[in-house]
Amino acid sequence: MEKELWKGNEAIAEAAIRAGCNCFFGYPITPQSEVPEYMSVHLPQAGGVFVQSESEIAAINMVYGAAGAGMRAMTSSSSPGISLKQEGISYLAGAEVPCVIVNCMRGGPGLGTIQPSQGDYFQATRGGGNGDYRTVVLAPSNVQETVDFVQEAFDIADQYRNPVMIVCDGLIGQMMEPIEWRPVPRRDLPPKDWAASGRKGRDHHNVINSLYMAPEDCDRHNQHLEEKYAAIAENETRWEEVDCRDADVIITAYGTPARIALTALETLQAEGVKAGLFRPITLWPFPQEALRRLAERPNVKAFLDVEMSSSGQMLDDVRLAVEGRRPVRYLGHAGGVMPTVEEMTASVKAVLKEVQ
Amino acid sequence: MAIVYQKSPGLTDAELHYCPGCNHGIIHKLVAESLVELGLLDEAIGVCPVGCAVFAYNYFSCDMLEAAHGRAPAVATGVKRTHPTQAVFTYQGDGDLASIGMAEIVHAAMRGEKITTIFINNAIYGMTGGQMAPTTLIGQKATTCQSGRTAEQAGMPIRMAEMLSTLDGCVYAERVCVTDIPNITKAKRAIKKAFEKQMNREGFTFVEVLSTCPTNWGMTPLQAIDWLKTRMIPYYPLGVIKDTGAEVK
Amino acid sequence: MKKELIISGFGGQGGLAIGKNLVEAGMAEGLNVTWAPSYGPEMRGGTANCSVVLSDKPVGSPVFAHPTELIALNGPSLHKFEAGVQPGGMVFVNSDVVTDTVSRGDVTAWYIPCNRIAEELGNPKVSNMVMLGAYVAATRILKQETIEEMIREMFTGDKARLVPLNIQAFHRGMACIG
Repeated sequence: MEKELWKGNEAIAEAAIRAGCNCFFGYPITPQSEVPEYMSVHLPQAGGVFVQSESEIAAINMVYGAAGAGMRAMTSSSSPGISLKQEGISYLAGAEVPCVIVNCMRGGPGLGTIQPSQGDYFQATRGGGNGDYRTVVLAPSNVQETVDFVQEAFDIADQYRNPVMIVCDGLIGQMMEPIEWRPVPRRDLPPKDWAASGRKGRDHHNVINSLYMAPEDCDRHNQHLEEKYAAIAENETRWEEVDCRDADVIITAYGTPARIALTALETLQAEGVKAGLFRPITLWPFPQEALRRLAERPNVKAFLDVEMSSSGQMLDDVRLAVEGRRPVRYLGHAGGVMPTVEEMTASVKAVLKEVQ
Repeated sequence: MAIVYQKSPGLTDAELHYCPGCNHGIIHKLVAESLVELGLLDEAIGVCPVGCAVFAYNYFSCDMLEAAHGRAPAVATGVKRTHPTQAVFTYQGDGDLASIGMAEIVHAAMRGEKITTIFINNAIYGMTGGQMAPTTLIGQKATTCQSGRTAEQAGMPIRMAEMLSTLDGCVYAERVCVTDIPNITKAKRAIKKAFEKQMNREGFTFVEVLSTCPTNWGMTPLQAIDWLKTRMIPYYPLGVIKDTGAEVK
Repeated sequence: MKKELIISGFGGQGGLAIGKNLVEAGMAEGLNVTWAPSYGPEMRGGTANCSVVLSDKPVGSPVFAHPTELIALNGPSLHKFEAGVQPGGMVFVNSDVVTDTVSRGDVTAWYIPCNRIAEELGNPKVSNMVMLGAYVAATRILKQETIEEMIREMFTGDKARLVPLNIQAFHRGMACIG
């Protein structure tokens, strides 16, 4: 299959169109504005709907309306805009409305910087909105994965009637890389007989709603959601292991730092240091069991978590999985500074020295 | 025996939760009857607010979406843009529409979204227990302005129908009330007209319905109707505020 | 074989385009490539740069602190990135814009009068092609024919008349490398 050179953000938009996205609602924010720009031209050509909303709040609620009425709907933004969408994401999760949300992360808190960051891990995986809910969070680490995951995300969302979030960062959004439009696995999906799309002869009216006034009803609804989340965790958890078989130190990283780590591994191996990479692909559900199994392996002496975050956010999940079996150390920067290959190799060696 | 009156099939059999003397029930009926009479019920999609009408999805028999506070016009935009031939409406109160949802309603009107918004103005937050709304009148007491609203502290009340009518995307704005049969008849006519203009794809249509809240106003239903007539209508005058179709035709 | 290149200049000078040309040509030769731009306020007039990787193996990090080569189209770019270039690497300078010289002795410096050559050819817009020619000739990372073919694909229809001019500029750049 022929490779084509695509910019990350434009590839995200094109991937969504190819996945049958019917409508996109967005608002400009750096570094993701190429997504709405591309959509504004190409989605109507494909028979879809593009609306530039007055705010990220409105955009996510337009998604709620369109997806609640049965459409494949999508929005994208970057960190501060994703903060504004949290209310809507909570409602989408509560009302079980499937949709795809892309966060092209930049540095925070507040306005922060427009440069790449991973400071929204907690927000994405813990649910930045109110209530007990989860969104499926896919974290691609290159442009090819990004287009594959965007296409798959619509099916995952529809299968579980749940929002799916793609978290990438400004680097993936802005960079160009050759990709293949390879076919992604398509799922057998249930009909959207729950959608509020007009009765059209149906014997009952459909309601899209997250309100359960009676405590028992709300509890029951939450139990139902929990069962769904357990099924997602069972079926959809994804990760990648690189050179972990005989590694002394394992780097845990996702997205761009995981990619930088691949180069660090080459350098370390050339120097005779045995290092591996454990890369969560779904941040929620987090690949806890797989990481626990690694922590129990006799060859593994320590973990080095690397993120574009000042104090580490995924670090919590790594520690919860490792459960004290091995030391877990941290390397990270915030504010758009990316960890370098040199820093990673030095940190791996320092960790190794510490445990030997 | 001849049937002389029947509940509209646009409403479900659910028992309304509204307080005695509240006008929501009448307004629900008018919206439901309008949808049925225009043959729109089977395809209609409604969006309800947060506030007293939050359970409207239990009462209207068409498909419904429950929106977050103030966001109904954005939700309706998503529905209408993807279902352009179907009737789409929002049903919103004054806290929902004129306070937290101001951006959404203004921009839906600006874009000329082909939806109908039924705006219930009762000059107070009902569901949360009688707090001051943007529509609360000067001197009117509420739980967050217990000595009465002052212009100095909270500004002057907002006239939504007039404000939205300044936007080119808004093709129809009328203010009505349902205090008596002649006004109920006028209100129904306005609601039907709004839906007709929506289905003609003319633009955004808006019906503001002045409504009573005896519970939070601390009045009997009859006193409340009297207060609406003597206090609200002078500040919120009834009638057609904008009807571009009328000018064109 | 791996090239990690930084191209930097004023926004609008065409540095990002040189990078895109390189990754397109690299892709055509079956290499693994990435192109990562700086973004933000630079896009609106300041200094803009991009990081390009051309490799026969899958590309790990698309960004790096120590490029194998630097193309500096303006003075600030030379000052900012010169120190990071790998020992034994190369620095390409647009000598019509940059008045300073490369201060390090452990890298090869190439001074290319891109603007002057472009003006001689009658179109200042082709100065990028001059620099591209110099880079390709000095590094031998890509075949001359690949670039020429890419130029032919870049300009089609009405713009096809620009093909000879651009190829000429590319050749003049190659000729700068002794």
